[in-house]
Amino acid sequence: MTVTSVEKDFDTLSLHLVADFAAPVERVWQLWEDPRQLERWWGPPTYPATFEAHDLTPGAEVTYFMTSPEGEKYRGWWQITSANPPKSLEFIDGFADADGAKNPDMPLTTTRMELAEHDGGTRMELHSTFDSREQMDQLVAMGMAEGIQQAVGQIDAILAG
Amino acid sequence: MVVHELTDEAVDGLFHALADSTRRNILHRCVQGESSVSRLADAYPMSFAAVQKHVAVLERVGLITKERRGREQLVRTVPDAVLRARQALDELEQAWRGRVDAMADLLAHVPTDDTPMEGTNP
Repeated sequence: MTVTSVEKDFDTLSLHLVADFAAPVERVWQLWEDPRQLERWWGPPTYPATFEAHDLTPGAEVTYFMTSPEGEKYRGWWQITSANPPKSLEFIDGFADADGAKNPDMPLTTTRMELAEHDGGTRMELHSTFDSREQMDQLVAMGMAEGIQQAVGQIDAILAG
Repeated sequence: MVVHELTDEAVDGLFHALADSTRRNILHRCVQGESSVSRLADAYPMSFAAVQKHVAVLERVGLITKERRGREQLVRTVPDAVLRARQALDELEQAWRGRVDAMADLLAHVPTDDTPMEGTNP
């Protein structure tokens, strides 16, 4: 198992994940530092990511888009808040509009990533937090709630028809 | 940024849970306020055990919770805020699990700068 532990805190809306890799710290850092490698793991397999701007220095911005199976593009960005290669990286992750402008109404997550030598390999610790409950609610509202409502609506329509 | 995709399993579970008019009715009652399995059993022309089974299906997909208080089993819908926090963090967890798996695959298969490409992508 690569992921060794996951803790979720519903009060602080945060996720803490620990993963162990059989590779040196510098090699794991490359997966973040090299945009061509980053885009091979950031998006889900059905929504591959393409990074357009990529600079992991504090204050810099990373921009990317993910492409849906239907060819629709969803844009996102990172704002790098702290970086200490090859040991740690902290960034805010958000959504952007179709024209690339940051969408202030969409949820933000802050993620801190740390790499350390562990048992001859690398331990990666991730701490990810939703910036506000309102934003998190919105994220869920457009995902799950919509799915449930659609499902219920479809069932009702089938039963009524 | 996390893309929302309900797993097939989750969709199947929800559809199954909501595809029954008694279960939808139970859900409507619980949205209006707390109830109990015995009170629900009184409301439907079916056995206590049958109602209990319907409640168990709704509980399994996370739409309601059941809590024993004395001789009664109280049934209530999961509060929105809890449901949402759980859902958002579950989605974030699934996203990161997928990413970590992809990272591990890359580390296993992609040659590093100092090893030559062999063109043997799996």
